[in-house]
Amino acid sequence: MSNRISKAFENKKAFIGFLTAGDPTFDASYNNIMALINAGADLVEIGIPFSDPIAEGPVIQEADVRALKGGMTTDKAFELAAKVRAQTDIPLVFMTYLNPVFKYGYDRFFARCAEIGVDGLICPDMPFEEKGEADGFAKAHGVSLISMIAPTSEERIKQISESADGFLYIVSSLGVTGVRSEIKTDLASIMESVKKYAKVPAAIGFGISTPEQAKKMSNLADGVIVGSAMVRLVEKYGENAAPEIEKYVKSMADAVHNK
Amino acid sequence: MSKGRYGEFGGQYIPETLMNEIHKLEDAYEHFSKDPDFIAELDKLNREYAGRPSLLYYAEKMTKDLGGAKIYFKREDLNHTGSHKINNVLGQCLLAKKMGKTRIIAETGAGQHGVAAATAAALMGLECEIFMGKTDTERQALNVYRMELLGAKVHPVTTGTMTLKDAVNEAMRDWTSRVDDTLYVLGSVMGPHPFPMIVRDFQSVISREARAQILEKEGKLPTAVMACVGGGSNAMGMFYNFINDKDVRLIGCEAAGRGIHTGETAATIATGTLGVFHGMKSLFCQNEYGQIAPVYSISAGLDYPGIGPEHAYLHSIGRAEYVPVTDDEAVNAFEYIARTEGIICAIESAHAVAHLMKIAPTMSKDDIIICCLSGRGDKDVAAIARYRGKDIHE
Repeated sequence: MSNRISKAFENKKAFIGFLTAGDPTFDASYNNIMALINAGADLVEIGIPFSDPIAEGPVIQEADVRALKGGMTTDKAFELAAKVRAQTDIPLVFMTYLNPVFKYGYDRFFARCAEIGVDGLICPDMPFEEKGEADGFAKAHGVSLISMIAPTSEERIKQISESADGFLYIVSSLGVTGVRSEIKTDLASIMESVKKYAKVPAAIGFGISTPEQAKKMSNLADGVIVGSAMVRLVEKYGENAAPEIEKYVKSMADAVHNK
Repeated sequence: MSKGRYGEFGGQYIPETLMNEIHKLEDAYEHFSKDPDFIAELDKLNREYAGRPSLLYYAEKMTKDLGGAKIYFKREDLNHTGSHKINNVLGQCLLAKKMGKTRIIAETGAGQHGVAAATAAALMGLECEIFMGKTDTERQALNVYRMELLGAKVHPVTTGTMTLKDAVNEAMRDWTSRVDDTLYVLGSVMGPHPFPMIVRDFQSVISREARAQILEKEGKLPTAVMACVGGGSNAMGMFYNFINDKDVRLIGCEAAGRGIHTGETAATIATGTLGVFHGMKSLFCQNEYGQIAPVYSISAGLDYPGIGPEHAYLHSIGRAEYVPVTDDEAVNAFEYIARTEGIICAIESAHAVAHLMKIAPTMSKDDIIICCLSGRGDKDVAAIARYRGKDIHE
């Protein structure tokens, strides 16, 4: 596991923010990511846009459309990550779908990650059973393949947790990413089994948008992941979203950090 | 490597939320596909509701006119709901019932699978929601109303290219939000395992019948069997029971749209590369970064950027051949078979007919070709008229 990822969870709950690379432009997404970091994020997920993101709700789907229209590519996402890495030591992970990674070439992709200092990869369409083909390459380059656990995982929690690397992404709700007014899953009992088997921290994501929700989730888990709520700010403020993101993330990170 | 592989193709590349449900589906199918009651019930539905066995029709006029191989059509267009899609939905909806599901969802391109799914759902008392690209709801408006008549709710999908692939995306998203009471009735031999296997098994009735029928009529196996290929369900059904007959050529006809070098094409074998999408490793039309390419065909049912994993495998080992057929060729074939045999077939099926017209004259009179007419063409008449410059709307 990357040192940077484990440090992000040391002695505190982690606030994890997601933004799509190149949404709506390369420079704006760089500014937004820096705003996210300045406002107190402990780990940043950078989305490499995909034409058909089947695990995303409308907000992140639209971000992918904007980013691809703006010319974002896997190579440019690496450039963006490198530019961010030059400014910060906080852990950076990519979130994308398997096809862009597969097409780039597993060895080449993870080698680039290692070279630049990207610590992990989240692929929502690479479940436990299919991890094998990428895992060896990721490990060889010291990049964490981050696994997800869903409300429907049940007995699968054991095998996923035991083999987890980096951190575990606990999906709070059925369905796709997006803001939810209420999270009904019995996350306490899911977290209880995760904690029984996992050697890595676990963060909850999907549907979290308010400081109250973030606070509640941080009481259950080691970290809280927020994406769509920030991407909505990009949708609303376009290239001038950075100050809004900074303001919003401060309120969320403070709630998670118990300030 | 995971289950459900055809060589390197196939697999289960889906969100964790769906994994347990997919495993339940595997177990249920494993159980019921061997259950004599299930088999008998499905067989009865096929015979008494769908109208099986479908005819194997000797196209005497086309045979004479083209002057080569003897031509037979497997008439899936005569099934209830007008296409081969009924074979699969009766099986999957029956399976859904046995699994205790109360709701099914499905994607559709041309609307043939959507209509079939809505039909089976009506018959079996299942709630039914259909996802269909907005572009397709416009070019196949009649089928949208047909589905609604059958009691289904149709969701026009406005994301991406607003066609079949986007309908699949949306159906998958819906399924992740509601797994407990819902079965995703996938329409083609694609998606994560076990769908390519389940759909192929339910569609293999086509070649099971055709093989027996041709042996009875001709006393020998055909030289070639052929079918159109989008995801590839009627083709897999047409090929399956001939795969072990090594001398029978298997020919899949892809939609080349305006041509495989124009960029406006849906011919996956001709222009696609290896990738992972919609739950499977297979061939896809995509760019160098793995972004799925917008595809184009006059046929909404073949307008898909991928192909089922078993087809990719049969292609890779050289067991099946795949050829691209353009819009123009398909429209010509659509008109030719109508005038020559009095059959208005689906524009999808016309892609296979077009290639048949090319190869039959090059073969001898001792050769036999069976071509699958996957569906009937009523739904396409207005679009073909417009293609020919006549402004007819449904």
